[in-house]
Amino acid sequence: MSDTSFDLIVVGSGPGGYVAAIRAAQLGLKTAVVEREHLGGICLNWGCIPTKALLRSAEVYRNMQHAASYGLAATGISYDLPKVVERSRKVANQLSAGVKGLLKKNKVTVFDGAGKLAGAGKVTVSKNGATVADLTAKNIILATGARARVLPGLEPDGKLVWTYKEALVPNTMPKRLLVVGSGAIGIEFASFFNALGSDVTVVEVMDRVLPVEDEEISAFAKKSFEKQGMKIRTSAAVKGLKKAGEEVTVTVEAGGKTEEIVVDSVIVAAGIVGNVEGIGLEGTRIKVEKTHVVINEWGETGEPGVYAIGDLAGPPWLAHKASHEAIIVVEKIAGKHPHPLNTLNIPGCTYCHPQVASVGLTEKKAKELGYELKVGHFPFIGNGKAIALGEAEGMVKSVFDAKTGELLGAHMIGAEVTELIQGYTVGKTLETTEAELMETVFPHPTLSETMHEAVLDAYGRVIHF
Amino acid sequence: MPINLLMPALSPTMTEGKLSKWVKKEGDKVKSGDVIAEIETDKATMEFEAVDEGTLGKILIAEGTEGVAVNTPIGIILEEGEDASAIKAAPAAAAPAPAAAAPAPVAAAPAPVAAAPAPAAASAPAPVAHGDRVFATPLAKRIAKDAGIDLKSISGSGPHGRIVKADVEQAQSRPAAAAPAAASAAAPAAKPAAAPAPAWGPAYEEVPLSSMRKVIARRLTEAKQTVPHFYLTIDYKLDALLALRSQLNAKSDTKLSVNDFIIRASALALKKVPAANASFTETALRMYKDIDISVAVATPSGLITPIIKHADQKGLAQISAEMKDLASRAKDGKLKPEEFQGGTFSISNLGMFGIKDFAAIINPPQGCILAVGAGEQRPVVVDGALAVATVMSCTLSVDHRVVDGAVGAEYLAALKGLIEDPITMML
Ligand SMILES: Cc1cc2nc3c(=O)[nH]c(=O)nc-3n(C[C@H](O)[C@H](O)[C@H](O)COP(=O)(O)OP(=O)(O)OC[C@H]3O[C@@H](n4cnc5c(N)ncnc54)[C@H](O)[C@@H]3O)c2cc1C
Repeated sequence: MSDTSFDLIVVGSGPGGYVAAIRAAQLGLKTAVVEREHLGGICLNWGCIPTKALLRSAEVYRNMQHAASYGLAATGISYDLPKVVERSRKVANQLSAGVKGLLKKNKVTVFDGAGKLAGAGKVTVSKNGATVADLTAKNIILATGARARVLPGLEPDGKLVWTYKEALVPNTMPKRLLVVGSGAIGIEFASFFNALGSDVTVVEVMDRVLPVEDEEISAFAKKSFEKQGMKIRTSAAVKGLKKAGEEVTVTVEAGGKTEEIVVDSVIVAAGIVGNVEGIGLEGTRIKVEKTHVVINEWGETGEPGVYAIGDLAGPPWLAHKASHEAIIVVEKIAGKHPHPLNTLNIPGCTYCHPQVASVGLTEKKAKELGYELKVGHFPFIGNGKAIALGEAEGMVKSVFDAKTGELLGAHMIGAEVTELIQGYTVGKTLETTEAELMETVFPHPTLSETMHEAVLDAYGRVIHF
Repeated sequence: MPINLLMPALSPTMTEGKLSKWVKKEGDKVKSGDVIAEIETDKATMEFEAVDEGTLGKILIAEGTEGVAVNTPIGIILEEGEDASAIKAAPAAAAPAPAAAAPAPVAAAPAPVAAAPAPAAASAPAPVAHGDRVFATPLAKRIAKDAGIDLKSISGSGPHGRIVKADVEQAQSRPAAAAPAAASAAAPAAKPAAAPAPAWGPAYEEVPLSSMRKVIARRLTEAKQTVPHFYLTIDYKLDALLALRSQLNAKSDTKLSVNDFIIRASALALKKVPAANASFTETALRMYKDIDISVAVATPSGLITPIIKHADQKGLAQISAEMKDLASRAKDGKLKPEEFQGGTFSISNLGMFGIKDFAAIINPPQGCILAVGAGEQRPVVVDGALAVATVMSCTLSVDHRVVDGAVGAEYLAALKGLIEDPITMML
């Protein structure tokens, strides 16, 4: 019988859970992780990583199609869907195995099964309905993540109506695809299937795509997606589905008009719900609001010694947010002095084509909050590296508080912006003003120069435009 | 506000250097980029350029001075519209000694005690040790500059105590005259969270932290975790002191308390053993010339330590009157920052609650705190025979980095002489 008493038990091994466990082990806590499915959670197995692998295949394919514009010749360009999917699964498996290795290296005990709170300081682990372990610990972190939201009438059936899980492992390429929801997940799938030749329609209830992004970025993205052949229906709602054989007829209502769209597959990407069920929250003082556990700035729930992090605990639904919360909670438990997470300093990225990345307040939100603004723009067409890369479609926007020079937000669309946003994020975390950003030397030629220029532009000092 | 020119670090390893030459004279105009002085490091002579614009108002460190520690104020820049009189108001007016002049005491006020720092008003310069580099984010610096807030008056909540935007905003929103007690007195309107159903473990309610409580928590945790405390306990016979007190109280309207005697005795004992009146800093031991006694007072929102300044120079009646006034205003949250920030030695007395003996937590940056227990009748041995005497136990908590065991013992012995032979206190 293995040891069952720990300093910390983590339920769930996604980017929230496994990072918590590793940090706890580093700090000398005797730590256990309970995972009912795959180590690494949604992120590594069914989220961030496998989607990026698919999108990379799409990118290479797109570049091959444009070979001629680089003076290269490529003929007979095609793809092999099962191989594309296989690569994505391999990448996911490699990383999941990596998490296993990391946990082992850090001497974290892993329990295979579903974890459930069973009273103060107690967690039971069950597998196939049978209890396999009773564990105790002074501290328990719940990191059970989330799953796709099911909309009434749009219940996934695994064949014609998909969630991200089926969309990650398609057997055949749908000739016609409808994506419900234009958040990061919906748009990434739309971008992937569109690149591989699907006829893609995106339906969004809000008045623009990527609704959490800055309005100008949404507008830029919509134009670009449409140029690539996507159909975008904003301020539109799916009213119903009719399945007939291998086809689905989707009724979409927009502006009082209804439209019937016939497709081979539907992907529902209309948000997520927290995995709050079956983890023993009943009868505790842990509060749940809209399927997510209520926490304070230190991840504490209503029950002393029980913490929640990641998708289970609240927005933004991002892996790096889950991991960062993990560090904060564990350090707090270990008596360190972490700083609470400032959500305005969490970058968000969408890996569609062109990529979208942002951090902080949008221009509209900043105005609503009463800031007087200085806003800068810079188009990729003014950047030498972008032109040399053949990626001149994009722009960067910076939003400053006119009074203090605080960088309130930065919004980017274009090649590799998901890699670039970190520059602004570091600046925000260090509380730089426009002055330090202007004084920073950006290497030439790089796409990052667009970030410098967007800052200069906010103060009327742009050079290359 | 006059701007301190600090000794620059011209290389990552430089800790001190020679101020070889002043290129600008007092009264010269300087603008950003001008060379003001030449500094010699172990490696080279380098030019020190101005960052700020204004007039070189005062030179604090003379040309040719060697071993000037990095971040020591070396001069003062006056901004447009300021004249030399502004320098006097500026905290930098105290000329700091170069670090190399080894034990030269720095005549600077110690940092604030268990209390939130107050925003700097022109009349109340921030009581922070001079020459300390202030770490603040660019945004915090800019907001503070625009609002005319001295960063030295703010404590930072960022990584390694860095001052961030939120700290400056908090300082901005604090009313200028309000002591922390007053600030938190307005706060308790925040309702404690309702007690949830006791399904698991004990029920509780959560009382939001007042800003004073946060400061207390932070400072005491810091003290207990970073200051190597040791403790010396001693018994004092109190009968003579009590007798003297009755005599004095019978002849005067002021009613002296035992605590008043202890304040005076502690101060006089420090005069006899000045080595106990000291603070540890990273670069030097700070030996205080003044004897300012901080006296812990419990208030509804937490502990505060008003100060009897120059307690060694004040008679019992004056100490008693000042203490009554300070304690009553402390309870109303009406102390001015300079009345509770500073102090060189602390006393905490729980005797009135019947506590026999306890060990107090040091109030940084002070080096000692005296915890005073109740005077009670105890059996004692006098000349080989059992007798009854009124005895009071005291425990001195000591920062071992600055005060050693023998010095602490010497101090308690000096205090014994004064308390057990209280007539000597009247001298
Ligand atoms: C298609 C897709 C693409 C995404 N792309 C990105 C991206 O590019 N960047 C990004 O930042 N985020 C992305 N996300 C979001 C990201 O995956 C999540 O924010 C992240 O995984 C949340 O981490 P977590 O640790 O909170 O939970 P999860 O990763 O969901 O992990 C929770 C784990 O807990 C386990 N679990 C649940 N209940 C129990 C139980 N009772 N006992 C034991 N184990 C249990 C689950 O099996 C799971 O392994 C994407 C999500 C999806 C779906």
